[in-house]
Amino acid sequence: MTRLVVGPFNRVEGDLELTLDIAEGRVSEARVATTLYRGFEQILIGRPAADALVIAPRICGICSLSQSMAAAAALRAVSGVQPPPNGELAANIAHIAENIADHLTHFYLFFMPDFARDFYADAAWFPGVATRFKALSGAAAQEALPARARLLHVMGLIAGKWPHSLAIQPGGVTRAPELGEKMRLIAIFGEFRAFIEKVLFAAPLEQVVAIATPEQLAEHAQGPGDFAAFLRLAESLRLENLGRIALPLISFGAYHGADGALFPAGRFDPGAREANPLPIGKIREDVAFSFLHENSADPALAVTLPDAERENGYSWAKAPRLSGNPAETGAVARQAIAGDPLIRALIARAGGTNVFARVVARVMEIARLTLAAGDWAQALRLKEGFFTRGPAAIEGAGVGMVEAARGALGHWLSVEKGLIRRYQIVAPTTWNFSPRDADGVPGPLEQALVGVETGAAGAKAPAIQHVVRSFDPCMVCTAH
Amino acid sequence: MTHVGRALAENNPRQTSLLKFGDIPANVRAMNHAPKTLLWLQAGSCGGCTMSVLEQGASGWFVELKNIGVLLLWHPSVSEESGAEVLAILDLIERGETRLDIFCVEGSILRGPNGSGKFNRLSGTNRSLLDITRSLAARADFCVAVGTCASFGGVPAGEPDPTDACGLHYDGSEIGGALGRGYRSKKGLPVINVAGCAPHPGWIMETIQALTTGDLSADDLDVFGRPAFFAAHLAHHGCSRNEFYEFKASARVFSERGCLMEHLGCKATQAIGDCNQRAWNGGGSCTHGGFACISCTAPHFEDVRNFDVTPKIAGIPVGLPLDMPKAWFMTLAALSKSATPERVRKNAEADRIVENPRRGK
Repeated sequence: MTRLVVGPFNRVEGDLELTLDIAEGRVSEARVATTLYRGFEQILIGRPAADALVIAPRICGICSLSQSMAAAAALRAVSGVQPPPNGELAANIAHIAENIADHLTHFYLFFMPDFARDFYADAAWFPGVATRFKALSGAAAQEALPARARLLHVMGLIAGKWPHSLAIQPGGVTRAPELGEKMRLIAIFGEFRAFIEKVLFAAPLEQVVAIATPEQLAEHAQGPGDFAAFLRLAESLRLENLGRIALPLISFGAYHGADGALFPAGRFDPGAREANPLPIGKIREDVAFSFLHENSADPALAVTLPDAERENGYSWAKAPRLSGNPAETGAVARQAIAGDPLIRALIARAGGTNVFARVVARVMEIARLTLAAGDWAQALRLKEGFFTRGPAAIEGAGVGMVEAARGALGHWLSVEKGLIRRYQIVAPTTWNFSPRDADGVPGPLEQALVGVETGAAGAKAPAIQHVVRSFDPCMVCTAH
Repeated sequence: MTHVGRALAENNPRQTSLLKFGDIPANVRAMNHAPKTLLWLQAGSCGGCTMSVLEQGASGWFVELKNIGVLLLWHPSVSEESGAEVLAILDLIERGETRLDIFCVEGSILRGPNGSGKFNRLSGTNRSLLDITRSLAARADFCVAVGTCASFGGVPAGEPDPTDACGLHYDGSEIGGALGRGYRSKKGLPVINVAGCAPHPGWIMETIQALTTGDLSADDLDVFGRPAFFAAHLAHHGCSRNEFYEFKASARVFSERGCLMEHLGCKATQAIGDCNQRAWNGGGSCTHGGFACISCTAPHFEDVRNFDVTPKIAGIPVGLPLDMPKAWFMTLAALSKSATPERVRKNAEADRIVENPRRGK
């Protein structure tokens, strides 16, 4: 057996290191570590409750607005203030723009460039893929980056700026858009739609979201567009067999409104027929292998304190567990829980999630979200208010639960005399890239890497890169 | 061969035809030489400065870098090289075999625990970012702190400062930081602090570009090492709420259109940045978005409590405009309040324009 340490592991958000035990050319054990700790949960304590809106989003530059949404929801849970429907809608529009931008960034900048590495130079498909997706020089990024920047103009209209905005408040949003701005929002989503219909899907979105079976997806793969190019690569490289796990899938639910949520909260077990409610009270965080002091495992009661010398510690991240088990979160979980027939079929066919299903779910979500965003911009009722003045969060405890692009994000807050007494953040990649727990059970990525063939390439094997990046990790959120 | 190796091999300091015309300023000639190399590392960062710079350029950031003659040696979010390949690039720079023209660091430098830097280890190595940053900064022609964290410490340095966080050249407002008071890059400049949380993509790119053209000297930095082209302005300049400010017609709660200074914590009259003179995300800004400027370009901005409330003594805001005599401010404020047009007064306390401008009777 040989042990490989892989890092710096780039094209992920933040700091990631893998330790891989290799036996007979395959990963036999994996340990996943985040190598950065900044102490946000310590910094939040003792501050006025509303200051969480300044501090907490700065955990993460890529899902800053999702962090704002979670912080605002936690404050709302304490104070009881309710935003008007417009406030909720405008916040959702900004949130959706961030999540689409994140998915787009992941596909074009983080994930696809691995297929353009020289490792694959002998493949028949390589020249086209390299021209299109090579890191920095590929043609696709030259189209995707301006489209991303244009999409983020939504932030200029609703959030003031991105990343790191204070526009999302417990009582709604800080600005009521004018008619011209509503028209610009609609135009931005329209332009973005045109971009993905031309470049990513090469098909009308209605046709894309109608893809309901693996067979229809295979049909789409024969056409033009970057998504089809990925589908063909996935077939050729058997990405469905890569990074496979069958853990519970969880979602906290996203884009809540008067009529419920676009994507509901829940839990879906691969192999099950239906999603189940999510037992939020069964979430615990274990620190047996973290560089952190033992503390309450209940995020409602825990206080985070670092211990860089902790015996057995190998990551700054905690290990979240649902009813004692690791769980996977992200677009694949959201879509499975929402009952998307294609994603459920892909999970059923493979007996679990895998590199292919994760990426398909994410890209398909771009189509769904873009359609929803256009409708929501249209639904803004400009003659009504966007903000409710309400009581401040003075006493009590609450949880803010949202879906960031990468999955379930929760902020557990307790407030005393207007000051933050405890603040715990459990982020999507904390779930997906958790270290082992006290029972020695590895986290989702640690399980997904076992069995991956490294062959002669060792640590450089692209299969490792594909598996890791299929989760779209955000390490700055993971430990914070 | 990686893209970096290829690009360096292909790039003899070959002059373009432009140079045949003779009297070309030295800085323009320099621009036509080999591309400037740029290495970007993330220390105790959220990655937000990178997210910001990725918004730059009508053809995307990568094309823009190329257009201004910058070769990206490596960037953690966008480069192909991973693992050992990255360590090889860093090694070449440290051994002096690859030239490092511009070294950008994003994120605070975490010195703890106990000076070990262990809160932020470069994955794949046993070295801290503190150690790597010091080593590479010594070899760089120019060193750029991207964002308030790398400039001054930023949010990670917020009380109780769990990781002993600081900036490259400042610990809060004290010179020193990770590199020490006497640090100068190889071209003799202190660290250039592109402060902001996150900074405008233009601030980052115009700084980098000015370094490639030789247009940025120590004279072009303010007292905290921030480029004056954005730091010589106040965030207040060009604020779309200016009429409300003039008449001290104030918003009482978020979403009202009035000035945010009197009640809602806005520091734009004291905060540096040309924030309201350029478009954020196509046309926004903090105050345009309806929330207070929190002076995120300043050292210690993170130490404030109650960001959304203006501190007052006897009803008078403590933080008056940066260099305005207090008595004058009070007098003018009282005068302008008494002269506030009805339209301005009404609109300030509404979330939309309730009264249109029209000629007075």
